[in-house]
Amino acid sequence: MSVIYILLTISIIVAIFFFLAFILSVKKGQFDDTYTPSVRMLFDDELVQEKPDAKLLPTKNKLD
Amino acid sequence: MAAVSEISVSCYHCGDSCKKDTIVADDKSFCCNGCKTVYEIFSASDLTCYYDLQSAPGAIPKEMVGKYDFLDNPNIAEKLLEFNDATTQIVSLYIPHVHCSSCIWILENINKLNKNIKASQVDFPKKTVRLHFNAKDTSLKEVVLLLSSIGYEPYISLDDYASAKKTVDRSLIYKLGIAGFAFGNVMFLSFPEYFEINEFWLEQYKPLFRWLMFSFSVPVFFYSASGYFISAFKGLRAKVLNIDVPIALGILVLFFRSTFEIIFDYGSGFFDSLTGLVFFLLLGKFFQQKTYNFLSFERDFKSYFPIAVTRITSERKEESVQVYDVIEGERLLIRNQELIPVDCILIKGNALIDYSFVTGESEPIQKQSGDKIFAGGKQISGGIEVETLKSVSQSYLTQLWSNDAFSKDKELAFTTLTNTISKYFTIVILTIALVSTSYWYFIDTALALQVFTAILIIACPCALAMSAPFTLGNTLRIFGKRKFYLKNATVIEQLAKIDTVIFDKTGTITANTKNSIHYNGLPLTEKEEGLLKNTLRASNHPLSRSLYALLKEHDILTLDEFEEDSGKGIHAKKDGFEIKIGSALFVNDSIIQTNREEIQTAVHVSTNNTYKGKYIFKNSYREGVEQVFSELEKHFKLAILSGDNEGEKSYLQKQLPKSITLLFNQKPEDKLAYIKNLQNHGYSIMMVGDGLNDAGALKQSEVGIAISENVNVFSPACDAILDASKLAELPSYLKMAKMSIGIIKTSMAISFLYNTVGLYFAITGQLAPVVAAIIMPLSSISVVVFTTVATNIIGRNLK
Repeated sequence: MSVIYILLTISIIVAIFFFLAFILSVKKGQFDDTYTPSVRMLFDDELVQEKPDAKLLPTKNKLD
Repeated sequence: MAAVSEISVSCYHCGDSCKKDTIVADDKSFCCNGCKTVYEIFSASDLTCYYDLQSAPGAIPKEMVGKYDFLDNPNIAEKLLEFNDATTQIVSLYIPHVHCSSCIWILENINKLNKNIKASQVDFPKKTVRLHFNAKDTSLKEVVLLLSSIGYEPYISLDDYASAKKTVDRSLIYKLGIAGFAFGNVMFLSFPEYFEINEFWLEQYKPLFRWLMFSFSVPVFFYSASGYFISAFKGLRAKVLNIDVPIALGILVLFFRSTFEIIFDYGSGFFDSLTGLVFFLLLGKFFQQKTYNFLSFERDFKSYFPIAVTRITSERKEESVQVYDVIEGERLLIRNQELIPVDCILIKGNALIDYSFVTGESEPIQKQSGDKIFAGGKQISGGIEVETLKSVSQSYLTQLWSNDAFSKDKELAFTTLTNTISKYFTIVILTIALVSTSYWYFIDTALALQVFTAILIIACPCALAMSAPFTLGNTLRIFGKRKFYLKNATVIEQLAKIDTVIFDKTGTITANTKNSIHYNGLPLTEKEEGLLKNTLRASNHPLSRSLYALLKEHDILTLDEFEEDSGKGIHAKKDGFEIKIGSALFVNDSIIQTNREEIQTAVHVSTNNTYKGKYIFKNSYREGVEQVFSELEKHFKLAILSGDNEGEKSYLQKQLPKSITLLFNQKPEDKLAYIKNLQNHGYSIMMVGDGLNDAGALKQSEVGIAISENVNVFSPACDAILDASKLAELPSYLKMAKMSIGIIKTSMAISFLYNTVGLYFAITGQLAPVVAAIIMPLSSISVVVFTTVATNIIGRNLK
């Protein structure tokens, strides 16, 4: 019939998809603590600390 | 070792400056064995990264032998656990020390120290850690002990035991999300109709677009706006015209008129205005809802009291019991650093009780066996055995909470500025609506109903209702940045109405820790002072410790004779030279204590039976106290209520303005009664206090402010917490609160302007949806911009 029905349906489906994603994330508590995750994501590098030598290099920059 | 000794080294673990007894390990210096042990635990498990993220992030682990034995009691453990089945247990613990990224890192990697902990997640703003652990191989007690051993001691109080698990209320976010979603979509759909072009395809799809808008508005009307209907209904039932009455009326009319319009094809309706209105209103609510997660404003004695105590049974066995189970006449063991939960009599042990939680006085009090000890004190020198006199709820301190002041809600009793204005606003709007409707009824009957609804729509006080939330919300944030933390935005309005300010003395206008010491008497020779210092070295009495710290360095001598008579004084001998230090009676029984000055805390000294003089300990006042009083005196009635003796009266009278009322020896109930009495005479009171003994007064007063040297530790229930270092700024905070109210009034005037313009369209019967759709957001946005800019400007000029 008309393309506008298809377009409307698609746009509303997309809108509702994001809306549901928002509701779901609130429900899971993602908005309860908005600070800690921002710090936590920077820790990934420190977790792998098998080789202590690699870590010594950047910190040994004192004057002789 | 090639380490060059520096004069001042700070501890690698906790950052405190190391004194003489620095411990060196791994080329790093530590202030004590505790810190070194924590470092060793971390380095053994490859966790030294802890120190790279932040320098010196740690805390000194405290003594904890037997302290957590109560966690072995399954009934108590069960209350603390969030989830419990045979294999997995989950617990959330509050850890006051959490303060930096290192803390998050170490707590989330704690499974390296105990592999039975499966997962741990830190909530930094709340300072909590949520731990999942394997209940088969480890226990709650072991987990808590592990945390304590690395300096992250959880704080477990009676409060955790009593409170049911709180559910987080996220409904405002849902409501806001739905309203925002609908607002955006409805705006898109109604856009073509704003231009009123009679284009073929637009005409064709009009009904579809309109019904789509309708369906987007339904959840907004029934869910997002539901709070306004409920509040308006409650207000009407209580015969109060609060601001939610005209809002609810506006929303109702908007929805039903729009629905009618699209059913009968009169027009496109006002769905865009409806969703926008609700969205902006909720946004204001959300903005105002600034909470300080890490602070608690609702504390009572339960937050201070332990969950369990150690009871000594008749067979001399120790067992942990829940404090509520303690009855009169039982023997309890109070360990070092434990809080005494009930009124009791000391049976044996060296009791040195720190009542700083209760009175704000940090100097501990020595008790003899047979003495009565009141609940709320903390034992600080070894274990003692006591016999209980009462149960927890009947103790002297806890009885304060049965006062009426604690059962009523201050907020409900307070009428906000917005609600005061809305009363007149609603009446005026309804009058205008009725008058113009009856006018139109005779001119053009068909238009009458349209005009009536149009007036209610346009007069819906969106901008008016947003003035206060945005101004107060922003002021709240400005205060927060300046270390003045308010419980909620209403407190600002209450602050602006204050006419009387009452202070507690000890711990509030005096500093907790810094004691100033003066010597009064004959000068001491070098030899005498050396002996004095060496004698004090051996004593553990807090007065001896502070006096010791004050005296200058002398060579270390070995005393020939040393005798400490607990509660009285010290007696020492060296090379036939004798010294006596202690209370007046102990040092020289011929001193007659009639002089008023003798009420002061003092340490007397005599050598070879000659009285030399005394060291007088004075509370030092916080910086800027005098300015605060002289500044406040211009606008407020002032008073000081102190639980202490009159020792400082003459000094205070000299230093502070004459008009201040000074009252001493005030019991907690006296303070509460004093405030109640003033309130009955029509005064609005702000109480500034710190200890649990002020709790009643803080609760009774219009605004109760707790002063705290460390906002993370505990302050009694109050409306605001003020960092002690900012006491001097109190007058400017009060000024700012007053100015905020001025801003609200101005911005209300602005919103009235918009209303007048809108009413012109409405009364003349030419309110098109596009006009409503322009005026509504425009008024809201200009109010938001004005209040934000204005509060920021006065915030910046605050000093």
